[in-house]
Amino acid sequence: MSDHEYTPKSKVGKWFNDRLPLLTLANHLTDYPTPKNLNYWWTFGGILTFCLITQIVTGLTLAMHYIAHADMAFESVEHIMRDVNYGWLIRYIHANGASMFFLAVYIHIFRSLFYGSYKAPREIIWIIGIIIYLLMMAAAFMGYVLPWGQMSFWGATVITNLFSAIPLVGEGIVTWLWGGYSVDNPTLTRFFTLHYLIPFLILGLVVLHIWALHVPGNNNPVGIDIKKPSKDTVPFHPYIVIKDGFALLMFMIVFAFFVFYTPNILGHADNYIEADPLVTPAHIVPEWYLLPFYAILRSVPDKLLGVVAMLSAILILAALPWLDTSKIRSAVFRPLYKQFYWILVADVLILGYVGAMPAEGLYLLIARIATAYYFLHFLVILPVLGYKEKTLPIPLSITEPVLGGSPDLVAAKNKESLNN
Amino acid sequence: MAEKKTKRRDFLFTATYAVGAVGVGAVVWPMIDQMNPDASVKALASTEVDVSTVNPGNTITVLWRGKPVFIRRRTQDEIAEAKSVKMEELKDPEKDEDRAKNPEWLVMLGVCTHLGCVPLNDKGDYNGWFCPCHGSHYDISGRIRKGPAPTNMEVPKYEFVNANTIKIG
Repeated sequence: MSDHEYTPKSKVGKWFNDRLPLLTLANHLTDYPTPKNLNYWWTFGGILTFCLITQIVTGLTLAMHYIAHADMAFESVEHIMRDVNYGWLIRYIHANGASMFFLAVYIHIFRSLFYGSYKAPREIIWIIGIIIYLLMMAAAFMGYVLPWGQMSFWGATVITNLFSAIPLVGEGIVTWLWGGYSVDNPTLTRFFTLHYLIPFLILGLVVLHIWALHVPGNNNPVGIDIKKPSKDTVPFHPYIVIKDGFALLMFMIVFAFFVFYTPNILGHADNYIEADPLVTPAHIVPEWYLLPFYAILRSVPDKLLGVVAMLSAILILAALPWLDTSKIRSAVFRPLYKQFYWILVADVLILGYVGAMPAEGLYLLIARIATAYYFLHFLVILPVLGYKEKTLPIPLSITEPVLGGSPDLVAAKNKESLNN
Repeated sequence: MAEKKTKRRDFLFTATYAVGAVGVGAVVWPMIDQMNPDASVKALASTEVDVSTVNPGNTITVLWRGKPVFIRRRTQDEIAEAKSVKMEELKDPEKDEDRAKNPEWLVMLGVCTHLGCVPLNDKGDYNGWFCPCHGSHYDISGRIRKGPAPTNMEVPKYEFVNANTIKIG
């Protein structure tokens, strides 16, 4: 794993390391050569790790007080809010933590989209990331069911019913998922079990994600391959640790703002009403982080095709390394892609907005156009752009544009030959 | 090693894999099947409902197998309206006579066939039901007329035990 041999200084350290090379691993992580031009968009990996650990720790403590039973779940959550010492704080951190987790993951994903971090040789990192994202959505959805409020119940009903769109076996699968003929106690207990399990699966995948990252090393804003270690890199510690730490502090301010000043703004008031299988709330909306996909689901007038479109919208991301045919990674050197990138960002934001609105009239029309554009971006624009776009010359190293002043390829080549 | 011949060892491998696969299947199936409805859930198969207090033009909602069931006592106008609909106007063609054996009483699962929400009574463009979740409109026979739902609201198995009691399931 390490680029150079490492021997611990102390005798005990050496004795231990010969038997289990943990110190070699620690040394690899501290010395790990990192591109020196990483900007703040690269700090979200660390922030996401913090989010995962926060969710696991607060989740474990909540599980000590929560009761996974259809008759008691709602009350046990109120018990946590009113009676348990600091229960309100732990629950608000956990509930808002989910939103913060998704906020960070969306920034992280869009960072990859802008700088082409998913391209060779980083496809496996990217695909593991997509799997983590899918598991995050599953965990968030099941966690939202646990308080057994109206939105919990009807959210669970609508989402599990997505499977009924599958021809022939759909209804059987839904009954199997429910453990009954409707969402009820068996559904709640299994969701609790899986909600407890998934974060640890994510933790394992995060280890693989980082492992796969440390093979080629980080991408960087210039998007070129760099020699490691070289004048283009700095050791992870202390340089990146400090930068990540500062960004994390800024992020925690935002996090704390939600927890302490407006802890319910990202939730729905209907979820403070206990689940009632006889009454569906007038307006069902998922949590904000699922809205773009919800808009895609609703924009297709056919049940099966709607579900297929929604799932494709997520899974298409896994094929991205092969859909994007451009050899150049960073959007900095792709003038056309840069524009389409921002159109895509706007498109996803629009989908999120219409996803929160009733599916009728103008909203429905906008949702349909935005859905069509979403797929157009990945299936047509990206593959074609790789062949048609006239990219800007890329520098030969990170140091070059800084010291040489211009990213002009010919000038850089000349300089290189002069140096040689 | 030039020519490939099936040997005793190949046969033993195949036989071992086959037995192993059966063994894995025998262990995995109980783990999967335990998630299906259990005996106590299945035991709640039928419900009897007293409908003597329902006036014409009203709908009551009862719970059967954890799901709402709509029981509507339809007026003569509503019955006439339900019967007058032409089959070619319907997305899921079904005659009203086939849905309500006794035309005065419409009994059906109050579950939208799109994604399972409970539609609202006396709402929508067809004087029937309207699902607030994704905008499906049903007529006074519970048939889908507009929106994403693929089929009509399901009519469960039911019978009149006597003039005032319906047994669902």
